[in-house]
Amino acid sequence: MSTDAATAAENALDAPLGQKHEAATREPQKMRKVKQTLTSPWATFAAILIATLWTIPTFGLLVSSIRTPTEIRSNGWWNIFVSPSFTLQNYIDVLTVQGTSSANLGSYFVNSLVIAIPAALFPIILATMAAYAFAWIKFRGSGALFVLIFALQIVPLQMALIPLLQIFSEILGISGTFPAVWIAHTIFGLPLCIFLLHNFISEIPGEVIEAARVDGANHTQIFFRIVIPLSLPALASIGIFQFLWVWNDLLVALVFSGGTADVAPLTQRLAELVGNFGRNTERLPAAAFISLIVPLIVFFSLQRYFVRGLLAGSTKG
Amino acid sequence: MRGLSAFWVDFFEKFGIMFIGLAAFAAVVGLILFLADRAPKKGRDFLQLAAFVGPALVLLAIGLVYPAIRTTTLAFFSRQTANGSDFVAFDNFVWMFTQPDILITLGNTLIWVALVPTLSTIFGLAYAVFIDKSKGEKLLKSLVFMPMAISFVGAGIIWRFMYEYREVGFSEQIGLLNQVLVWLGQSPQQFLVNSPFNTFFLIVVMVWIQTGFAMVLLSAAIKGVPVEIIEASRLDGANAWQQFWNVTVPGIRGTLVVVVTTISIATLKVFDIVRAMTGGNFDTSVIANEMYTQAFNRGETGYGSALAVVLFLMVMPIVIYNVRVMRKQKEIR
Repeated sequence: MSTDAATAAENALDAPLGQKHEAATREPQKMRKVKQTLTSPWATFAAILIATLWTIPTFGLLVSSIRTPTEIRSNGWWNIFVSPSFTLQNYIDVLTVQGTSSANLGSYFVNSLVIAIPAALFPIILATMAAYAFAWIKFRGSGALFVLIFALQIVPLQMALIPLLQIFSEILGISGTFPAVWIAHTIFGLPLCIFLLHNFISEIPGEVIEAARVDGANHTQIFFRIVIPLSLPALASIGIFQFLWVWNDLLVALVFSGGTADVAPLTQRLAELVGNFGRNTERLPAAAFISLIVPLIVFFSLQRYFVRGLLAGSTKG
Repeated sequence: MRGLSAFWVDFFEKFGIMFIGLAAFAAVVGLILFLADRAPKKGRDFLQLAAFVGPALVLLAIGLVYPAIRTTTLAFFSRQTANGSDFVAFDNFVWMFTQPDILITLGNTLIWVALVPTLSTIFGLAYAVFIDKSKGEKLLKSLVFMPMAISFVGAGIIWRFMYEYREVGFSEQIGLLNQVLVWLGQSPQQFLVNSPFNTFFLIVVMVWIQTGFAMVLLSAAIKGVPVEIIEASRLDGANAWQQFWNVTVPGIRGTLVVVVTTISIATLKVFDIVRAMTGGNFDTSVIANEMYTQAFNRGETGYGSALAVVLFLMVMPIVIYNVRVMRKQKEIR
């Protein structure tokens, strides 16, 4: 019963953007026939050409990151095919060497994690609670309030930055600390998370909730025993999206983190390093890859959740 | 060795802060829900409701609604100093439309929003059609979608290396694009410095990222076009191009609109790419970057707020249209 409900609800989550492969259910024979007519060698050639063009920039940076500093400075990465070389020294340097002029990315990597984990969990939890209330607690003005929250997605981040920074620095005195960044990300993540989770939670069959109510469960119990377990796939997708959004963010970090190795995330340090390209040329490839490694692991290991979350959240910011 | 131990001290300190933060959050939310669970009979409904929606509403009111109103107000005042600020009516907007620098910024934003959605959608659609039902479709999709996963700053660094310029005779080229020019017997270019084409080279980065998004959505939509209709048009003697133009494109029109509007919204707000690659120098600034520079580097809160308001006014109609189309699509399904 409950797994059925979960699958149905999960399908509903996919539906708005239609990224489920509907073709899979059709008769295989017809498929094969159409397939023959649609694939031409030219199309395949063009596809491989585009795929190559799209991959070369990242591949080039990866190759650069394992060459020696002198090599990075003196000639292009494609020379590795003529004179192969391999070193992990760049990675060791940018991660572990400390000091004011070094990249010091070890600290920034920790900062990124310490920022992104709570900044993904907080909005998800608060949004699940609010979404449950909007979906399953009847109250006057619920529709209007929900539309208002939905409409807040229109407001670009830029509209909130100056006053929110003033609140953090003048009233709360937390500007440039981890809580400031967490709270900012939580607030900016809420409208979208509430909207998406409401779509999902309102699809939970009414009988399930009703049955629990008849058994005497109150809202808190229904929330923990029914809503959260059934929403786990949606929570995973949206959580992954929010985590990566925070991990990749630069603007919120620049405004609220204070910009030092105490709080600022990787993106902020990378932007600084690339600002002085000439001096940091040999550090940048390894540094960039250290920041890319987390999104890439998520991308290749959790692709299904990742794609769904990313598509659902694509208008955020 | 010493550096390493300092790292671990730092590490445990920060993760300590994180766990305190998580525990504090869990305690507050737990307490709220516990109290709602044990609420007295009288007024229980309201208390339970408040416990569930209250935290989110309070945060949104303080962190989004109030700031948006305040920013709109600030846009009509001069910069904030110790002596307060003066009401200047529309001066900040007049400044925006009379300063040559800012006019270039506004123009650049228009170029971005005209080119990025168009090019990304064309490339994404072409690629989706080419790889549809081909061998290794999944891998080919992953390769083009991958840039969506990484940060704009990371993408900026990747492309800084593609565009890197070395003077002739000074050293070999380390940027692939300039090396290709040299191989072709041309002289290398300072892609990111020479205005006005540097803006186009920044746009390439955004197209590189957004094509994957367009491709994944459009690919799913193409698979949704009924095989029977395609088959019928083929029996009617339509060639591949006619099939595509008369059957596939009408079948995915809704998704096309969603893709174009969604990418337009992302493009209007683009900040990181410009920040990381040129810092807005050499006439490449866009509204979001200029807003940051004015408000946070120069302390010009009035100018910054006015730019934020303009950004809001540009984004708003597209978001509304985007949402309406998405909802209509949902109804059809």
